[in-house]
Formats: sequence, C-alpha cells, structure tokens
Amino acid sequence: MRERVVEATVQALQKAETSLPDWVLQRIRDAAARESRPLARQHLQFMLENVAIAGQERLPLCQDTGLPIFQVRMGRELKLDFDLQEAIADGVRKATRLVPLRPNAVHPQSRCNSQDNTGLRMPDIIMDYEAGGSLSITAFPKGAGSENMSLVAMLNPADDPFDFIVESVRERAANACPPLFLGIGLGGSFDLSARLAKHALLDMDGKKEDEEEQALLQRINRLGIGPMGLGGDTTALGLRIKKAYCHTASLPVAINFQCWANRKATEVIL
Amino acid sequence: MTEHHLSTPLSEEDVRMLEAGDVVFLSGVIYSARDKAHALIRRAGTPVSLQGSALYHCGPLIQEGRVLSAGPTTSSRMARYTDEMLEMGVRAIIGKGGLPPEPFRGRAVYLAYPGGCGAAAARKLEVLAVHLSELGMAESLWTFRAKDFGPLIVAIDSQGRNLYQEARE
Repeated sequence: MRERVVEATVQALQKAETSLPDWVLQRIRDAAARESRPLARQHLQFMLENVAIAGQERLPLCQDTGLPIFQVRMGRELKLDFDLQEAIADGVRKATRLVPLRPNAVHPQSRCNSQDNTGLRMPDIIMDYEAGGSLSITAFPKGAGSENMSLVAMLNPADDPFDFIVESVRERAANACPPLFLGIGLGGSFDLSARLAKHALLDMDGKKEDEEEQALLQRINRLGIGPMGLGGDTTALGLRIKKAYCHTASLPVAINFQCWANRKATEVIL
Repeated sequence: MTEHHLSTPLSEEDVRMLEAGDVVFLSGVIYSARDKAHALIRRAGTPVSLQGSALYHCGPLIQEGRVLSAGPTTSSRMARYTDEMLEMGVRAIIGKGGLPPEPFRGRAVYLAYPGGCGAAAARKLEVLAVHLSELGMAESLWTFRAKDFGPLIVAIDSQGRNLYQEARE
C-alpha cells in the first residue's frame, strides 16, 4: 500500500505538471473566443499552444513547478500502517528526479534548498475525511507568482468584502499571471478564512459559478487588467467563495490567487 | 503593434524605437537572473558584461544542460535593482508583471513574456554557460542563446509608457 501511495504521488505530479484539466482548457478557449483585444487574444492562444507543447514533450508547462501541495481524501474506515506524510514525501522526491521538477523548497531563513522539494512540513498535505474506505491523492503544485499575491485581511464588519476583493485584484493581478482563478474564503477566523480560500481552489471543477460568484467575477473582468496584466476583457476565468460563521466583531477575508495554469491532477488508490 | 526581430547586443537606438504594445522576437545571448543573483551582483559585481544585454527574470528548469522549461518570474521582486542593472548597460529587462517605469526612460525597455509558458520558451533557448551556479538551478545566472525568442511585448517603453498602469486605470 505504501508503494502505491508513492507511485500515485509521482503519477499525480507528472500529470499536473505537464497538462491542465479539460475544464481549465475549455475556459481559456471560451475566453479567447470572447476576447475583444487582439493582444489579449494572442496571449490566451499562446497559453493553449504552450500546454500543447508541454503535453507533446511531456515537460512541465511552467518552469515554476510549484510548492508540493496535496489534498488527500480518505475514508474513515481506512487504517494505514505507515506514515502517509513520509510516503507522499518519497513520491515528491522521486517526481523531482523523474518529471523532473525544479528544486523549489528552501528553509525560510537560511534560504538553503533541500534540492528535492521536501523539508520541514513540506509537502503540505490537506486531509479530508469521507465515509467508507476510499483513498485518493490530488496534486496541486502551487507556483509562487500567484501564491505571493494571496492575502488574508481582517476587515471591519462595516466594510464591503467584495469591494475589497475587487480592489485587491486590481492591484495584485498583474503579478499573478492572469487570467486568474480566485479562491475566496469569507468569514471564520484568521486562518480558517485562508483554509477556506485554498479549499475553494481545490473544489473548483468547472461547475458554473453561482449567482453571487458570477456577479463578482463579472466585476473583476470589467477591471480590464487582462491576460498578464497587459489589458483585456479576461482577468479571471473562475471564482469560488466558501464561507464560515465568524465572530460578530470580525470579518476575515482571504483571497487565494491561482494563475491561469491551474494545475491539478488526482490519482485514485482505493 | 509593430513586430521587430532584434539581436543582442542591443543599442540605445534599438530600444528607443520600440513603442509600448510592439512585439519583439529576440536572438543572440541573453542572461537569466533573479533574486539571489541580483543580490550577489550588488555585493560582488557581475561575472559577465551586461553592456547592451537582455536580462531575463527567470529561474529555469534545466536538466543536463538542456532547457526544459523557462518562462518568466515576477519582476517586482527585483525592482530594487533596476537602476544598477541599467547602469551596467542592460538595455532590455524581460519578465512578467512589470516594474516601476522611471529608470527605463530614455535608455531601456521592459519586455513581457507570457507567464507560465515555460515549455514554449524552452524551444527557443539553449544553454551556453552558467555563472553563480552555487546559487542553485533557479537562482544561477544562466547564459542562453536565444533564437527568435518571443513574443516579447514592449510593456514599458523608453518614453515612459506603461501598459500595466494603463490596464489598471
């Protein structure tokens, strides 16, 4: 079983790094068809071309192969007789050699690189439990360009969180490789809002945004930031909001930016 | 939106004719440098001559001397070094996300390569040499031979036009 987890980790990373989910490609294609600015349209087409090249040559589509983040869905009836964190870390080390991945993980102070994308608390594994005896691993390698633009803000309950989100995207989008996917965490606590925002990105699967999400997405696209921040109708391709009750005196908002290369791949083990 | 095919070394005239929105395809030698290489150059000087050069904000993925993926990194992290790089003779900074435009005025341009398009970029770049390799793969100063590397969008021109600022307003 441990060996299957290691292999599933390698497979999920390999797939995530060299291709994009079909629904992501479809959203880029749809945006290219709608886009009125020639330069913006050319960017979207070039992005699709790049994904095709990566697929043909089985190479990472972006040189920033990301920080190794995984979502593990595990049935409550399942019992593992090995350290899951270590097994996935072994998979990351193997994928670093095989895919290959750029060594990205460094100590936060010494900036010393482990050379294998693992280290203290890395890979980051998000555990989600469900009924039954299932086990699946989703690789969600996160590039720094978009992750660096992400933020948590403790707003005044009198503030409009959507105004704050739109203004944050205006200021930050160009550095995050737009068109973006935006995971929004609304409410909860300081850290719960951030976890909700990450889960919002993980949950995105091409399902149409609800009415509130669509309205916010339209406001963001009216900003005109465009692909790579050079102007255009396409600033964001997807948006999901996840909410939690918060303290009556608080209004936490987290925005997790994801670049257009929304890389994600799942391997089902059980 | 004029298309230009240029080669390094770049002259002041080369970059002064470029206007925001133009598209450039670049050939010749280009250098990659990001956070650590910039800091080290400030401390210890540059290991290569940057006169007329194109400096690429990029931390490539390289295997056995072959470029596998080499898109741009976010330029704003290197904003504090723009002036001294341009003083050393850099005529074009290639990256993504933009930089404050003032230092470019009259002498240099900022060229945007589509972010995330590392696999496409790899087809146009060949490794000639590596300096500061003690900094590791992503942070080394790589010398590439570029062949029609692009599309590079003139995002900040030498007249002070800045497409990022225009898009934000």
